[in-house]
Amino acid sequence: MERFSLDAAHLLAGGMVLVSFMMLYQNRILGLLNVFAAHAVVLSLSVAWQAYVQAAPHLFVTAAIALLLKAITIPVALHHMVLRLGVHRDIETVGGIGPTMLMGMGLVALSMVVMLPAAAEADPIAREDLALALSVILLGLLMMVTRQNAISQIVGFMSLENGLVLAATGARGMPLVVEISVAFSVLVAFIVIGVFLFRIRERFDTIDTQALDDFREGRE
Amino acid sequence: MPIAAALLSVAGLAGVAVVAPILVARRAAWATSIVYGASFVLAAVLLVCGLSALLGGSAYQGAVHLPIGLPWIGAHFVLDPLSAAFLVIVDFGAMIASFYAIGYGAHEEEPGRVLPFYPAFLAGMNLVVLSADAFGFLVAWEFMSLSSWALVMAHHHDAENRRAGYVYLLMASFGTLMLLLAFGLMAGPDGDYVFSTIRTAAHVPWLSGLVLVLMLLGAGSKAGLVPLHVWLPLAHPAAPSHVSALMSGVMTKVAVYAFIRVVFDLVGEPAWWWAVTVLTLGAGSAVLGVLHAVLQRDLKRLLAYSTVENVGIVFIGLGLGLAFKTNDMAGAAALAVTASIFHAFNHSLFKSLLFFGAGNVLTGSGERDIEKLGGLVHRMPETAYLFLGGCLAISALPPLNGFVSEWLILQAILLSPDLPQWALRFLVPASGAMLALAAALAAACFVRAFGITFLSRPRSPAAETAHEASRWQIRAMYALMALCLVAGVFPGPFLDALSPVSQLLVGGAMPKQPILPHFSIIPISESRSSYSGFLVFFFILMASWAAIRVIHNFASRAVRRAPPWDCGFPDPSPATQYTADSFAQPIRRVFGPIAFRAKIDQTMPLPGDMAPARLTLSLRDLVWEFIYAPLEGAVLYAAERLNVLQFLTIRSYLSLVFAALVLLLVLVATWA
Repeated sequence: MERFSLDAAHLLAGGMVLVSFMMLYQNRILGLLNVFAAHAVVLSLSVAWQAYVQAAPHLFVTAAIALLLKAITIPVALHHMVLRLGVHRDIETVGGIGPTMLMGMGLVALSMVVMLPAAAEADPIAREDLALALSVILLGLLMMVTRQNAISQIVGFMSLENGLVLAATGARGMPLVVEISVAFSVLVAFIVIGVFLFRIRERFDTIDTQALDDFREGRE
Repeated sequence: MPIAAALLSVAGLAGVAVVAPILVARRAAWATSIVYGASFVLAAVLLVCGLSALLGGSAYQGAVHLPIGLPWIGAHFVLDPLSAAFLVIVDFGAMIASFYAIGYGAHEEEPGRVLPFYPAFLAGMNLVVLSADAFGFLVAWEFMSLSSWALVMAHHHDAENRRAGYVYLLMASFGTLMLLLAFGLMAGPDGDYVFSTIRTAAHVPWLSGLVLVLMLLGAGSKAGLVPLHVWLPLAHPAAPSHVSALMSGVMTKVAVYAFIRVVFDLVGEPAWWWAVTVLTLGAGSAVLGVLHAVLQRDLKRLLAYSTVENVGIVFIGLGLGLAFKTNDMAGAAALAVTASIFHAFNHSLFKSLLFFGAGNVLTGSGERDIEKLGGLVHRMPETAYLFLGGCLAISALPPLNGFVSEWLILQAILLSPDLPQWALRFLVPASGAMLALAAALAAACFVRAFGITFLSRPRSPAAETAHEASRWQIRAMYALMALCLVAGVFPGPFLDALSPVSQLLVGGAMPKQPILPHFSIIPISESRSSYSGFLVFFFILMASWAAIRVIHNFASRAVRRAPPWDCGFPDPSPATQYTADSFAQPIRRVFGPIAFRAKIDQTMPLPGDMAPARLTLSLRDLVWEFIYAPLEGAVLYAAERLNVLQFLTIRSYLSLVFAALVLLLVLVATWA
């Protein structure tokens, strides 16, 4: 049973990495949203399995939130948005699928190399989970960096957050979970604010920098 | 327990700093007296604590650990001979300055800008001297820097003062950064920041050398060593005069304390090249400081440059101490270190005295420019004679205290032939020559400062209508003058008091000074050399008395007619007198071309041309030009290049973050 629970946890976490790769590969927006929904479903399955293994009922709540919010609500909302904006037929010009996938593989290898020795003393579930979660996070970041469309960037960001949740649930014991999730929430809020600020600034690029320049000269 | 009393007094000073703004808001007339009076009392208590710990032996010393500050360190305080000696220097200066300020502060236009920061500044300096862990030390150091910065900015309406404050703030942050790095290196990877564990830890030699360099940069910038002195002549004069006295006389000594504490006490055995570095910097500071001082027209700036010179002398002594310590010559090292701490004490006395004199001139006439003063000896006689006393002391004339400490340093220099390293054998006499040169130039500098300011006839209406300062100010100066004389005439007890300090620092002490034969002092042994300030003083008194008697009894009483030459003043205009510039001209002629790249342009109009003839003199500050200007250029260049980073697209920013993250992960992976 011990062995089986470990294997199942690894299977689900590994599944998330696999789905992350699928997202990297997907260059149509609607397809991307579907893959993202699948990503969230795998996440909620993984969290639910952790809840079962660790006998921690509160993690079921986390799993339910992931399922409702990230697998259903957000993809549906994004779907509507895409249709309304009329960008659903767009094909993103990604800088080459092949190199991106290769980079992704490198990132996964890197996170294994970093995390496995670093978390050597943790119990096996947490250890492998942390390594896989870091891979998911890095792949999400890679996605944000390589895409130009705002919606793909948001999706990349959401998948990054999925990785964070995965890391948080893998750590056994409530206090650590609380600690990690609080820390990550701050990070998440920071990135969200940053993204929106940058988006807005990019939209009003000319106006903004002009104003900034004037301001600076006024100071001198 | 003196240390408990000392800490309570420091807390009291902090309390005064908190109460001061409320007092200022309520009734301005009393606030000045209350704040300075309270500072005076608390500084006196601290002085007694320091004296008892220095003279009373180990029973009065001690260490305290308080559970404040960082949770895993707490706050450690210690009162050992070294901190006691500097506590005495700090608090004697603070006490007299507070007393002086009771009178001087009445002239303050905006007391709210000075009163709250003054006790805070005193508290900061005391805490630096008392703290015994790196964290507390740095916090106190920064507290001291910032409160003194606030005092420099007290008269912020003047653009020059604002610039001074800016430069000071930059240099102070730089210095603190260097100290931070030095303590980080000393604490090592285990990060133990308490002095007692740093002292016993094993130090890697090259890391200790790096600590020395960082300390020279950090403490040296606060003390005013030459390439780092640029803020000092700007900031010290900008503050109110009693604060200038504290900054010049006392705060530089706190920096000297930091240097001694780390280099002699904490960081382990010195290497001989340390002495070379310290001696070179000290000698350079001494000569360049006084050369700048000779050419200044602003009285307070002149005094600030002279501080650079005296700090240089103190560092020459410390460099000698390092040279002897590294060669296990404990007696000689004790002589050098004692002499240099004694000089630090002496300098705090006469520099405070001189700044108080400058403050009196400022309150009496409103002028700091000596070219616009003159003749003040008639209108401010007491200030004039006290200032003259300070000038004699700082010019190292016997029987005053400046001579004793500089003589002791020269005695230590005479021991250099016993050193095994050839480099030191050459360098030490060279720095002795520099010291002698600096002393001679200092005498010229202060003859000029006193003569132009107080003698001859007034050069401006402000000087004509000057008035004497308040009794508080004069009495504070009398106290300092008296101590200058006592320390010069009876230096023995002062040197004896410093022997536990040198015992702590170099493991040796000067011979115990015998009281009897004419109160003379003996640096090494009686057969070698000795000096008796008392005898010199006695002979000066006798000779003056005899001269006065002779003149009064035997001088001709015959009436003389006024000669046509009119005593050298046929023209009543004050412009015919010697000016400050003309007095300094010979010195400028000699040193100007090397030290300042001085250039004189003469334009003589052709015969018949009605245009005026012109003589323009240009002096260049080479330190600014060759160190700070390129640095400024580099910073601006880098800022210009980095400015591009402000205008990237979101994807570029994300890529940067991503690249940084991946890079760090790769680093972790390769190191782990």
